[in-house]
Amino acid sequence: MNQPLPKELAEWAEVIAGYARTEGLDFYPTVFEMLSSTQMSQVAAYGGFPQRYPHWRFGMDYEKLRKQHSYGLSRIYEMVINNDPCYAYLLCDNMLVDHKTVIAHVYAHCDFFKNNKWFSKTNRRMIDAMANHATRIRRYIERYGVERVEQLIDTFLSLESLIDPHSVFMRRKPKNVAEDRDRTKKNENGERSRYPAKAYMDRYINPPDKMASERAERLDEEVGSKARFPADPTRDVLLFLLQNASLEDWEADILSIIREEAYYFAPQGQTKIMNEGWASYWHSTIMTRYVVTDADIIDYCEHNAGTLATSPGRLNPYKMGVELFRDIERRWNTGRYGAAYESCDDMSERRQWGESKEPQQRVVAKGSPGREKIFEVRALYNDVTFLDEFLTPEFVEDQKLYHYRQDPTTGRMVVVDRDFDKIKRQMLFMLTNHAQPYIYVMDANYRNRGELYLTHRHNGADIEVKYAVVTMKQLHKIWKRPVHLNARIDDEPILFSFDGEQSTQQHIDDRIDQPAHDF
Amino acid sequence: MILQINNDHQRFRKIVKGKIRKDLRKFLTRSELLGREGKRYISIPVHGIEIPNFRYGDNSDSGVGKGDGKPGDQVGDDGGMGPGGTEEGNHILEVDVSLDELADILGEELELPRIKPKGRHRITSERDRYSGIRQSGPESLRHFKRTFHRALRRQIMSGLYNSEMPRIVFERRDKMYRSWKTVLKPQSNAVIVYMMDVSGSMGDEQKELVRLEAFWIDAWLRKNYQGIESRYIVHDVRAAEVDRDTFFRIREDGGTRISSAFKLARDIIEAQYVPTEWNIYLFHFSDGDNSSESDSRECCTMLREHLSPVLNMFGYCQVASAYGSGNFINVLHEHLTDSADVITSRVNNKDDIYDSIKTFFAAGK
Repeated sequence: MNQPLPKELAEWAEVIAGYARTEGLDFYPTVFEMLSSTQMSQVAAYGGFPQRYPHWRFGMDYEKLRKQHSYGLSRIYEMVINNDPCYAYLLCDNMLVDHKTVIAHVYAHCDFFKNNKWFSKTNRRMIDAMANHATRIRRYIERYGVERVEQLIDTFLSLESLIDPHSVFMRRKPKNVAEDRDRTKKNENGERSRYPAKAYMDRYINPPDKMASERAERLDEEVGSKARFPADPTRDVLLFLLQNASLEDWEADILSIIREEAYYFAPQGQTKIMNEGWASYWHSTIMTRYVVTDADIIDYCEHNAGTLATSPGRLNPYKMGVELFRDIERRWNTGRYGAAYESCDDMSERRQWGESKEPQQRVVAKGSPGREKIFEVRALYNDVTFLDEFLTPEFVEDQKLYHYRQDPTTGRMVVVDRDFDKIKRQMLFMLTNHAQPYIYVMDANYRNRGELYLTHRHNGADIEVKYAVVTMKQLHKIWKRPVHLNARIDDEPILFSFDGEQSTQQHIDDRIDQPAHDF
Repeated sequence: MILQINNDHQRFRKIVKGKIRKDLRKFLTRSELLGREGKRYISIPVHGIEIPNFRYGDNSDSGVGKGDGKPGDQVGDDGGMGPGGTEEGNHILEVDVSLDELADILGEELELPRIKPKGRHRITSERDRYSGIRQSGPESLRHFKRTFHRALRRQIMSGLYNSEMPRIVFERRDKMYRSWKTVLKPQSNAVIVYMMDVSGSMGDEQKELVRLEAFWIDAWLRKNYQGIESRYIVHDVRAAEVDRDTFFRIREDGGTRISSAFKLARDIIEAQYVPTEWNIYLFHFSDGDNSSESDSRECCTMLREHLSPVLNMFGYCQVASAYGSGNFINVLHEHLTDSADVITSRVNNKDDIYDSIKTFFAAGK
């Protein structure tokens, strides 16, 4: 479906890759393809991939994109896939200068994909995996019919966000061989490992009554943990369902596909501001330093300004990211960090701190402390930690950020204030878990009847009741036993339940059974 | 080239149509549709298409924005990047559906058989299309670009062109004009004559019902015929032909003599529409209150003798009114039970439109 890249652009891609490497970017080989705008819309609807499994929602997204395009509301300049090699798409009716900007932008994205730790566990052969998923789902459609497969996918997609993006970085508890052996040994002599002691001292070092009480305690604990299912509150609801719901093999396979894709896309959601900021930083650096010619400059500026434009009340992740990276670079170049700087509360002194050390050019050279720092930041942080660590009161003031809230009397959004702490808290809240509620499996044998009990971990905002009720029905289709959700609505703990026929909501009090776990 | 996404897209359209079909009864009563008769596409809010999930609700309506403004100032037109995401802001999906598709859905859901048109399709009309170019014509049709091009070429060839002082002067031989071709188009061979009682007893509510009903009649017939002509007659004691706008807006008063409208309809049809060539539909909307029993009988006679033989169908739609006796429908039943071309229905409220349409077109005429 792709057109070969015209010779001129292929040469430019090489040249720009050279500049990017000179500046220190490190990326996978990148394959550029030219697409027409309809093809671009398809690729965008497919989340960047040339192939996805058949599903109507891609068609819906496609229609939206086409409509926006035909009304001139939006234009997709570039798409890039986190894959080795990286694939990137160029829109064929763009100007040359746009292509050059996009190419520079794309190399920085690739660098980010390759080096940011949050992406380290993603599948770098995702293009193949997606094609494989498509084939598997097509096969199921042939066997079980479109409607059945589609309904199942719809059901699973309802729960798509119930994953634990941090889980990929945790070492699963290894089967502790030593402990197992220990246990069998203990079973032989009926005791937990005792301290070696001489026979006449044994009574004191391993007092028999203590040994007995320990043994009882341990037995208790073992029985208790068996009774608790799952053993700990579980955030990866999809995995839990995959392992424990009564699904047929093909159904479980589809669920595993949905889960795999959700995990693949998760780091992109976690690093939106950083990723776009990083790419914008580099396209502007590379373009203004090396590539832009006199003839290009106006078009380049217009394009760049369009990408970074902010309108009142709308926070542009490109702008936010690039400004924060530049701020970090400036701070580290001028030494505005560390105890001495932090403890200085003279505003004017802070404002001039280390000014003499500031490089003359706006974009500083490779090897400067600021440059080193931002490379470190791009490797180790995600949006939440990025803002948590580097958002400063000075930055918030310079960028004219404010906190807004809906005025309950007029229903309008109004500026509340420009308080740093509030702004920061609000931004972190918006980014945490991509603004999705945290839902945990607390008990899968609730009331000893195999009912599923979930809890929403409340951190400031209620979940939407209307949607929760419908989603519970979807969950029931998978679990096939009554399902419950504990959620706080208007400071009242409410238990939403669906038993296959009826949705109920009740206030949680002492009369309602406790689940196996509690926060 | 076929894109893979087309399959997904078609599947999506199918699901949308399914949703519309499911809600068709509700949908038929939507007065927002009115006034969009001429448009090819109408956008329809479709519920229950999006995939539900656990998400944050209303008490999270706050966020961070960027720009000037002091506390209390309004922020932009809407919020910024708030929790819940900007992408998923709209809960109801608006989908563009063409009237044609809508009529399809109507037909499938009501199980309406396709109408078999009578008459020949050979009837054509002439239309002029400006698609050609020629060297003579009125100045108002002068094609500037072509003319300029020719003049420029001529000047360059003859060495008159000076790139320092580029000045192009047209001569008569340079001038090009748009010209038209006459194309033959198959002409509409169906006509709908709408008649409405606008006597004092027909209020706004009744007219709204008529309008909705007429919208759907129109949509279905348009689906079945290439082109369609519509004629509108209003009457109280006298009848007059009006344009569509007036038809739905006019506010008359006074008594009712239904036969006046029937006479006018007969005259129009006789004068302009040859029954062997035309598919003729006659619809009458009234609250069923006629001035006299004898006038009602006269209508029946006229229907039987003059109208019925030339019509595909006569549809009588009686809307409920607080004032009328609603007797006309009974008279029709009494006198014309044997005629299959006369179809009657009662519409007491918007919900009845669904069944009314079904009644009218169930026979496939």
